[in-house]
Amino acid sequence: MGLLHRLSPAALRILALLAVLAVVILFFSLQIEGYLNGRLFNRISSSVAIMALIATGQTLVILTRNIDLSVGSIVGFSAFATGSLISNNPDLNPFLLLLYSAAVGTGFGMINGALVAYARVPSIIVTLASMALFRSALVEYSNAKSITTETLPTWLTDFPNMPVLSIGTLEVRAGFAASLLVVILVHLCLTRLRPARALFAVGSNPEAADMAGIDAKRVVFAAFALSGLMAGLAGFMFLARFGNITVVAGLGFELKSVASSVVGGVNIFGGSGSVIGAFLGAVLVDLLETSLVRWAVVSEFWREAVLGALILLAVTTDTLLSRRLAKLRAKKSKEAAK
Amino acid sequence: MSRLQSWEGFLLVCLIVIFGFNAVLTPEFLGIGNQINLFQLSIEKIILALVMTFIIINAEIDLSIGSMMGLSACAFGYLWQLGTPAPLAILICLCIGIAGGFLNGWFVARLGLPSLVVTLASLIGFRGLARVMVEDRGIGNFPDWFDALGQQGLIGPIPFALIAFALLFALLYVLLERSGFGRKTYVIGSNRDVADFAGIDTARHKIILFTMSGSAAAFAGLLYAARVGAVRGDVAAGFELDVITIVLLGGVSIFGGRGTLVGTLLSILIVLNLRNGMALMNITGHIQTGVIGLLLIASVVIPRLKLAKPRVSKPEATA
Repeated sequence: MGLLHRLSPAALRILALLAVLAVVILFFSLQIEGYLNGRLFNRISSSVAIMALIATGQTLVILTRNIDLSVGSIVGFSAFATGSLISNNPDLNPFLLLLYSAAVGTGFGMINGALVAYARVPSIIVTLASMALFRSALVEYSNAKSITTETLPTWLTDFPNMPVLSIGTLEVRAGFAASLLVVILVHLCLTRLRPARALFAVGSNPEAADMAGIDAKRVVFAAFALSGLMAGLAGFMFLARFGNITVVAGLGFELKSVASSVVGGVNIFGGSGSVIGAFLGAVLVDLLETSLVRWAVVSEFWREAVLGALILLAVTTDTLLSRRLAKLRAKKSKEAAK
Repeated sequence: MSRLQSWEGFLLVCLIVIFGFNAVLTPEFLGIGNQINLFQLSIEKIILALVMTFIIINAEIDLSIGSMMGLSACAFGYLWQLGTPAPLAILICLCIGIAGGFLNGWFVARLGLPSLVVTLASLIGFRGLARVMVEDRGIGNFPDWFDALGQQGLIGPIPFALIAFALLFALLYVLLERSGFGRKTYVIGSNRDVADFAGIDTARHKIILFTMSGSAAAFAGLLYAARVGAVRGDVAAGFELDVITIVLLGGVSIFGGRGTLVGTLLSILIVLNLRNGMALMNITGHIQTGVIGLLLIASVVIPRLKLAKPRVSKPEATA
């Protein structure tokens, strides 16, 4: 009980997630022979490298009490546009290419942000519509062609698999390392920088934020622009990892990123949560998907059903626990006042 | 003239324009066959839009309807393959819909979780259960009467699904606009706390609405199975977004408390005819969806521009 009081709810959430991750890994390593090896880590880290970026952007938006359902379409567009740019100009500087994908994503994000913040259209409507709009922009832009691995330079396709650090068969690959770096950077900004704290202020109480002199419109606009930026970068990673890009690239990523954030303890009503949590949420979701495919006891088709139950379980326990915690603290501060 | 200024009036004008445009473009458009066909091809979505109108007026959302449709259709295929008689299988599927909808409602109303999250989880979960049952196969060869119900006219050229839609619309219209249940739906949607203080059992009301949504989705899943004559794991994937778009375009407020079934009906007609017209002009499906998306944003921005004017002029009048 003492521990419950000393740790912040945010830290408790991260600890709980780590505990759940450990239990899941322990469970499957007892069930599946040769489960715990470097290949498992490599597989999950490659796929989390993309989802972690998207979930980070999604978290920034959810913190402000909004939602971004268009990220999947932005990832698809960014991957395709970046791919076609590099196949037409094979000698392009890698940093310029990265900048290009970031700019494409940010541009789309700013459209969302302007409509939500300045035209005051609810985010679920804006991004529901822009999900369809950006996807149809991609269809127009692609002109019924697709990007293939052969047209891409080798530095790009090698990048995500390049080991930065190897311990036996366990490799920390460049793609994962870069993505982790971004997550940590965003986390530091969110916890240390004053302008970033405005995201929490706007999300937990817009009126109070307004009275405190925070320009809520600009904050919401920035959150969507950043979410677009993250989706643009994720598009770059998507291109580098898969090489073959069609018009359906990134389909369904929007719901998976919301799921990762929510499982990671980001409050869907805004105002609380962390990108580290969202990152761990993405890891947990991916770990379960990968493990259930290999678990012989149930058919691999159970993975979605289990995932749905997991999200519900995560949100239920999170809500009930934080309610109880809030009650406990209120009681304690009342006693202290006496 | 004042009638024209309402959202429904605006939709009606849009519909007439689209209708006229299509009719001039292709003479066959106005044929009764084309119009029935138009409804028939999207009958499941438009049935779901009717119930979604209740849910959104109640200030909630149900993302799981597409997956519930898939679950019901796949459960029917699975049971049929196991040798269950079709009527019994239909009954079981409807019960699955009731149970799934109740579950959503319970988590939303009794635990107080946001419906966006609960139904996102069941969107994934219901789809998962559908896949567990049919895996990556397709199941077909349903009884002849079942297929005929979905594919042939019941009364003249009018198929069963269209009659069901008309009856459901009449029933839901009376329920929403002419009954206490409907008034409660609006009151809870515009302010839940006030509804609670007024002694309305808001939790129970929400559970009933989600149960309605689940069972309508299960029914729509069966209609789909009958119309297509086969089911797969990905039946109706992504339908929820189309349905929500239709409802919002019909003037139902995403914040709850406002909207009518007539608006939803007009919106259904607009979306169907617009897509049909674009298809006649050889515009692809993805672009069609993009146009509908643009329309959706416009549907929120335009009325706001109109509302802004009196707000500016009011202080001048009092001063």
